[in-house]
Amino acid sequence: MSQSLITGLYLVAGILFIRSLGGLSAQTTAKRGNLYGIAGMALAVVTTLTLVTGGYLPMAVALTLGAVAGAILAQRVAMTSMPELVAVLHSFVGLAAVLVGFAAYLAPTDDLHGAEKIIHEVEIFIGVLIGAVTFTGSIIAFGKLRGSISSKPLLFSGRHLANATMFVVSLGLLLPFSSAAGVDGLWALGLMAGIACVLGAHLVMGIGGADMPVVVSMLNSYSGWAAAAAGFMLGNDLLIITGALVGSSGAILSMIMCRAMNRSIVSVIFGGFGASEGAAPAAGAATPQGEVQSIDAAGVAQSLLEAKSVVVVPGYGMAVAQAQHPLYEVARLLRKRGTNVRFAIHPVAGRLPGHMNVLLAEAKVPYDIVLEMDEINADFPETDVVLVIGANDIVNPSALSDASSPIYGMPVLEVWNAKRVVVTKRGMAAGYAGIENPLFYRENTRMLFGDAKKSVDGILGQLTANGQPTNQLTRP
Amino acid sequence: MTAPESKARRGTSRFMLVGIVREVGLGERRVAATPETTKRLIKLGFDVVVEAGAGELASFQDSDYEASGATLSASNTEVWSTADIILKVRPPGPTSDGPHEGDLLREGATLISFIWPSKNPELIARLSQRKATVLAMDQIPRISRAQKMDALSSMANIAGYRSVIEAASFFGRFFTGQMTAAGKVPPAKVLVIGAGVAGLAAIGAARSLGAVVRAFDTRPGVREQIESLGAEFLEVQFDEDGAGEGGYGKEMSPAFIAAEMALFAEQARDVDIIITTALIPGRPAPVLITPEMVESMHKGSVIVDLAAENGGNCALTQPEKVITHRGVTVIGFVDLPSRLAPTASQLYGANLCHMLADMGGGKAWHIDLEDEVVRGALIMQDGEVCWPPPRQPKKDAVAAPPAKSSRPGGRQSTRPMAALPKAKAKATGHGHAPPARKGSVWPMVLGACVIALASQFAPPAFVGHLTVFVLACFVGWQVVWNVTPALHTPLMSVTNAVSGIILVGGMLSAAGPLGHPATALGLVALFLAAINVSGGFLVTERMLRMFARSPEDDEKAGRS
Repeated sequence: MSQSLITGLYLVAGILFIRSLGGLSAQTTAKRGNLYGIAGMALAVVTTLTLVTGGYLPMAVALTLGAVAGAILAQRVAMTSMPELVAVLHSFVGLAAVLVGFAAYLAPTDDLHGAEKIIHEVEIFIGVLIGAVTFTGSIIAFGKLRGSISSKPLLFSGRHLANATMFVVSLGLLLPFSSAAGVDGLWALGLMAGIACVLGAHLVMGIGGADMPVVVSMLNSYSGWAAAAAGFMLGNDLLIITGALVGSSGAILSMIMCRAMNRSIVSVIFGGFGASEGAAPAAGAATPQGEVQSIDAAGVAQSLLEAKSVVVVPGYGMAVAQAQHPLYEVARLLRKRGTNVRFAIHPVAGRLPGHMNVLLAEAKVPYDIVLEMDEINADFPETDVVLVIGANDIVNPSALSDASSPIYGMPVLEVWNAKRVVVTKRGMAAGYAGIENPLFYRENTRMLFGDAKKSVDGILGQLTANGQPTNQLTRP
Repeated sequence: MTAPESKARRGTSRFMLVGIVREVGLGERRVAATPETTKRLIKLGFDVVVEAGAGELASFQDSDYEASGATLSASNTEVWSTADIILKVRPPGPTSDGPHEGDLLREGATLISFIWPSKNPELIARLSQRKATVLAMDQIPRISRAQKMDALSSMANIAGYRSVIEAASFFGRFFTGQMTAAGKVPPAKVLVIGAGVAGLAAIGAARSLGAVVRAFDTRPGVREQIESLGAEFLEVQFDEDGAGEGGYGKEMSPAFIAAEMALFAEQARDVDIIITTALIPGRPAPVLITPEMVESMHKGSVIVDLAAENGGNCALTQPEKVITHRGVTVIGFVDLPSRLAPTASQLYGANLCHMLADMGGGKAWHIDLEDEVVRGALIMQDGEVCWPPPRQPKKDAVAAPPAKSSRPGGRQSTRPMAALPKAKAKATGHGHAPPARKGSVWPMVLGACVIALASQFAPPAFVGHLTVFVLACFVGWQVVWNVTPALHTPLMSVTNAVSGIILVGGMLSAAGPLGHPATALGLVALFLAAINVSGGFLVTERMLRMFARSPEDDEKAGRS
């Protein structure tokens, strides 16, 4: 097979990958997009096979083992564990990039001199650097998401200095590495890989658990750049194209997450929580204003039966309590009666971009009633009842009005404009960030205390007891 | 707690005793406490004694009161003479067979009831002689904090609703329009004058029944509330704001009134039902419907005058009666809330409970003169008249506690005290287009220079790859911005799978001799990347399968 044909086929595979991502612009075209991606990957594998001349059997074994392992993972994972799965998969790509880098160094495919050699070695170096950071960073992210590692950021006053030192030293090792002949620079490469691993782990250790959505997107991006670097080092355009696609994708998601939290990416990656070092947000958070008014499941059911339009705001707490299934039943019941029920998703709800959407889809909530914050924020004044289930910071009015609040400036769902707000909560303890939420004390807010799932089950029970859909008069 | 228990308690340490008597007002069916509010009073730390039969006309049985923990008393005078606090609906008045109720009040006791102090000076004098402490539920300041105690609003809400029911019962047609096989029946046209609590309730009830509703108010600020209920806001072409204090209108200029009357005259010729609710505090109700207007209405029309007790908005209104004039029925009932006695008693009783709770409940009962609400409602303390209270600087008055919802008796909400200032940073739209680039041109210039330099000095192969890389980045940027946010998680898993393309690198390295370390590394990389590829695509497939549309929408779109 001629080189031109291979290049051409790689181009086709690249186009298929681009179409694959494009298919995700809408739920109706998404499945087809996934198929394009599979087709592109298959084409890439087949085409590459023609480039190599031997070792088919070991390759087939490795491929098959990997494919089977991946399939098992994909089948078994619960949707609530999606973030962990994504993180651990990123670590594989990172490690693979490191290994490919070492392999490329140890067995160069071409004889290179001068500028070409230097560039080649720089490409290897960068590939291994990014790959190593991605590898260990993703493992730490996995641990934090799983809960095995504390979600509190590891902060100590020398950490910026430590990070900077490690980075500079890593880069510095490029000199001995590239000036060495043959494979003599292996020690420098290895040392750099080790330092980069520590750097990656340390970076992510310094980021709080609530910022994990940004971190995972960021690592997604890195894995792309690692692949692109591998493409440079191997002279493979497909790797470059694909790596660039993935890298841009992760970068965009990170930007979106940061904008949704109104924090800069720099402050997220280097700053721990908020801009200040050390302790958690200032104790100057607003003190509670007044008393909360509580309500019981029967009262909530009553409000829901009388309402013409209802919005449900789910938070990660809903997913953890597995309340999305009875919640969908509640929504279905109300919709049958003609009530307009919609779900409002904040960009950083959950632990992964788009995580809440997937969890709701798993509960069979139709996607056309699941709306993004920008689409639904203006509708709250016309909404009769808002149900806030397992969410706290994303509906906190302090973000708009209290300049001293750590979450000031973050766009939030403005649920307090609705006629009535019902918030489920275990108790009056402050949420993850330890910030008071004035929403709870407002006149039109009622608190439904208890576990999210039990509360929603209770509401469902009351609704099925009271509202027999067939007996009700239709709405005027 | 059961009745014997509460009796035993009274014998030991004495709790404050709340007394509920049967209302003696003619035709009054409400009672100041229901079994449910009795439970709340007891929880607040009071003992409760109820005159036997007090709740009968409101469908509350004596046994229900007892079950809630009240003691029953067969004697009306016993309740009056032993209670520390008497709760009533109507102001104390003369009984049919004996003393005036005011004289029955124990010396130094407290009375909480509707009082209408400006209309009942002799009552005030009488109560003052009893050294009573009196709080008037009709004098509670109309501020947002006091909404839960605002009995005027809770009763007006009921009156507004009931006015529509009464109108409908005297009206000869449906309220809603109908197309039947036997012919078409047009909807009723209803005019509601005054969009306070009662007016809005009437609008809501009339709309629920399907009528075409128009409403008028001198306060332009209520337009939004009227329109939110689905009614048409009628305007007088005049630049005068009728908003007075406490949610009432104020008396308007003669020119405005003339324009107003012209509007009513024009409407009278057109509408079937008129419900009037216009009141001005301290003055007789304005006469808005003249006899000529009544005579110009269609035969069979109905007028419900909610201001009948204060003189009536219609010149022909006779309080407490229903009269017919030239085929038009004029209803002058003054007891509309009483006609929904069970609900009215419950809501009024709840207002009282909130009031008593705010004043310390049974355990910490006190009159706090610093409390704006208590001071406003306090008519006299230990016989010393202290009403009207000295004028306070207005803090946060609400213009007409609006009943925004169309359900009568529903919770009334206030507008937020101050509009929350918007933070400057807002999330831009995504999933449709990338953010508009407003950066400077310098990054582009710099980038161009770097590329030019690199291309000059770098080997051609590198430049080729760089070209591909840069272009791919731009393509990726555009494509990913189009991804709908709902699919961001599948996006991550797909890009994960696609980044498994590193297996190509693994394959290229693994092709060497088996003993070579590079081969081993390549094989391991291949294995790892394969996990990514298969796991990523499969889990994406699994997620995408879960996304489904609403079944109804699928039918509309012609899909199964």
